[in-house]
Amino acid sequence: MSLIEVNPIIDNMIEQLEGLLQQRGISNPAMVGIHTGGAWVAKALHEKLKLEQPLGLLDITFYRDDFTKKGLHPSVQTSELPFVTEDQHLILVDDAVMSGRTIRAAMNELFDYGRPASVTLAALVTVPGRELPIQPDIVGKAMDLSPRQRVKLSGPEPMSLELIEVD
Amino acid sequence: MEYSTGGKTVANLCIKNVRVIDPDNGKDDICDVYIMDGLIESFHQSPAGFSADFTLNGEGKWLLPGAVDLWARLCEPGLEHKGTIHSETKAAAAGGITHLCCPPDTLPVIDTPAVANLIQEKAYQSGYAHVLPIGAITKNLEGNMLSEMHALQEAGCIALTQLRGPIKDTKVLLRCLEYAATFDITVFFQSQDAALAKNGVAHGGINASNQGLPGIPSTAETIALCRDLLLVEQTGVKAHFGQLSSARSVDLIANAKARGLAVTADVCAHQLAFTDDVINGFSSVHHVLPPYRNESDRKALIEGLESGVIEMICSDHQPHEAAAKAAPFAVTEPGISSVETLLPSSFQWVKQNCLGENRWVKALTQNPAQLLDIDAGHISEGSQANVTLFDPEGTTSITAENLLSDGKNSPWLEQQLPGKVLLTICDGHISYKG
Amino acid sequence: MTLAPANPAHQLQLTEDGQLKHFLTTEGLSKSILTEILDRAESFVGIEKQAVKKVPLLRGKTVVNLFFEASTRTRTTFELAAKRLSADVLNINISQSATSKGESLMDMLWNLEAMASDMFIVRHQNSGAPHFIAEHVTPHVAVINAGDGRHAHPTQAMLDMYTIRKHKGAFENLSVAIVGDITHSRVARSQVHALRGLGTEDIRVIGPKTLVPSSMETLGAKIYHNMEQGLSDVDVVIMLRLQKERMNSGLLPSEHEFYRLYGLTEEKLAFCKPDAIVMHPGPINRGVEIETSVADGPQSVILKQVNYGIAVRMAVLSMAMSGQASAAGLSDTTEGVE
Repeated sequence: MSLIEVNPIIDNMIEQLEGLLQQRGISNPAMVGIHTGGAWVAKALHEKLKLEQPLGLLDITFYRDDFTKKGLHPSVQTSELPFVTEDQHLILVDDAVMSGRTIRAAMNELFDYGRPASVTLAALVTVPGRELPIQPDIVGKAMDLSPRQRVKLSGPEPMSLELIEVD
Repeated sequence: MEYSTGGKTVANLCIKNVRVIDPDNGKDDICDVYIMDGLIESFHQSPAGFSADFTLNGEGKWLLPGAVDLWARLCEPGLEHKGTIHSETKAAAAGGITHLCCPPDTLPVIDTPAVANLIQEKAYQSGYAHVLPIGAITKNLEGNMLSEMHALQEAGCIALTQLRGPIKDTKVLLRCLEYAATFDITVFFQSQDAALAKNGVAHGGINASNQGLPGIPSTAETIALCRDLLLVEQTGVKAHFGQLSSARSVDLIANAKARGLAVTADVCAHQLAFTDDVINGFSSVHHVLPPYRNESDRKALIEGLESGVIEMICSDHQPHEAAAKAAPFAVTEPGISSVETLLPSSFQWVKQNCLGENRWVKALTQNPAQLLDIDAGHISEGSQANVTLFDPEGTTSITAENLLSDGKNSPWLEQQLPGKVLLTICDGHISYKG
Repeated sequence: MTLAPANPAHQLQLTEDGQLKHFLTTEGLSKSILTEILDRAESFVGIEKQAVKKVPLLRGKTVVNLFFEASTRTRTTFELAAKRLSADVLNINISQSATSKGESLMDMLWNLEAMASDMFIVRHQNSGAPHFIAEHVTPHVAVINAGDGRHAHPTQAMLDMYTIRKHKGAFENLSVAIVGDITHSRVARSQVHALRGLGTEDIRVIGPKTLVPSSMETLGAKIYHNMEQGLSDVDVVIMLRLQKERMNSGLLPSEHEFYRLYGLTEEKLAFCKPDAIVMHPGPINRGVEIETSVADGPQSVILKQVNYGIAVRMAVLSMAMSGQASAAGLSDTTEGVE
């Protein structure tokens, strides 16, 4: 097990985000974090970017594709999108992107709220194992893990990222 | 051993070292019993010219008079999808029963000599048990017009009854009893107030209320029982009260006897075993009439049996096809398949010292035989052999496959009961051999 | 040797590890399951804010509304709940006469199962019918009780619990009175079980002896025959609907006398705590159970109750489906990074 500093990764993401938003000509974007780790990361980004729109939260439990296999997750949070998503530029934030299935579910849910102008995907880390054609626009840290390694984010204050070996 | 109409197997056998329990003759000895040409020939030595088809070691076993069951439905005529005279008397023999009374709720109802004769004829052909029909006291059991009671009596009906069906009014009931008394016909009552029992499917107590099932209060039985006892007293008719279910009913019978009324009463074996707690799972096998009541009622029934207020135990056998029980509780048909468990299910109370051995044997043999005034319920030298060999240490395993009855609706399925019927001899013929 | 009941409803509806796989009754359910239903419902309330008021939880599943007793309101609520979970919904209304015409309930079930149904929502006039169906369906098919005889109406009770929690927060220190025809009310029985499970100690049932069975005490309710005593300082009053046929069957002399004794008027409402809420499962008989000014008054939450109906039913449907998945041994509790 080893700890990885989170703050430098966040700073890295801020820098990339500011550049990308400027390049795409997006002003006043809204940010949505995916429950739970993604929401912590989004909160940090939201504060540092000083976004005007309130932070949104998505719980994608009801949109997972493995419901019939795994049943419901024991604790479901309510999705809170305190702004109109229709024609809104969105930044979707998650902690780690592996298979891409969570992002697929999150985008489905987002579209059930309305048709956003654009969605920019930001991830704290990416790890290998993609099963869907999804690549974040903003990657805090790309980690090349061995099959026996996992990453785990703890939080919310302070956030810490662990590299775990599994059997 | 096959038993058939054409070549009935006459028993020539010897049962060695068996305990003979015959309360009627005051006999309770261990001896060798010789049965020759279908007769109880000797309790001691081999009779002259005796050659046994087989000899049984009766050590540790009991030889009892064949059981006399006061209520067992055979479902024929009319309800052959539930059971036939053949299948149900065969099952009765496996239960140690040699004589049984069948109630008149057949299709058509036993309210004509023709139906009574048909049943007896078919039973004779099957040869597993003596079948004594109980006739309907009103035409088609409708409670309006008197049946031809005398003709039914002539045709072999051992008693008459209205079952639980209502009689139009008390005056018609009074007329029924007066008319029956004229010919010294025994009336079997299943006392129930129709209005209080209407739509009810379970004991009107806590469990039915909490399960949302319409209830039948104990007073449905006791109010009718009070009325019936008073009318019996007024008319002097010979009366028997079937299937008591509540403690207060036992008191009422005891009081009636105390004031000199010559009435008798029976209880179903399953009423001694269950309370209405069993309906909590909506299990339709526990839909019975009268309904299972509470623990104090159950105890009072066992005590009533032990004290002699209740003289007899019956099976109230009611076989059903699977579909009759495969529905929500209230719309299933009531009753259980119980001839084959009559002995072991009641014997458990002997095992638990709630009921004396002698009481138990009398309640199944001598007492019902005396009520019916038939030559049965005893083991006398020179009489026709109507006996049951019972293993008090054995166990009866009840499974749908083992049950000979067409009705598999036993509450004891996949369970074991103490005691086991090993052999039944009806009129000198082997009617069951386990 | 009395036999223990083989399968009480409250055991049949749980998986081995205690999750809901059918929903037959609120009896015997733990506080954690009852609370989970309420929490889950809370999370479904948010879906109404979405432009597309649907989540794909039961996508590809077939839900059959099996109504042996007509009830447009309950059926519609279940139908909407199932549709918001993206299930395909089949509505089957069976009048009593149709089943008595030879086709047994079992035959009907087998036919429906042949259509690959995943869930039956059952309303039946006989107590225990959903229980019977749950015992006989093939595994993995969930059965939801939408009201059976006088036995139970668990989703209505949970909707009432949701309403109570919404207004009162917790259940532990509440006094709740249920007024009217308790004897014939499946809702009342389910409410009492749910309240007990959620920790309410002071549950009162109020009505004349013809409408309040003494057995309610064994469920943990106190019986009152007088409104002034029964309503004294309660936090919640639940009025039950009075069926007209009760008068004909000799249970009550008249609507007028019932209203005079047990109808909730402003005068009687004053016996309750000042912030007491007034509930009614509907539809209301104004001037029989309740005064119009009370039904429409500030303490009435009757209309709000209806709003929560869909979310509560979505919660129950999704939990039962989830329980069936876990009972089938498909459950895998290890969570990946995603």
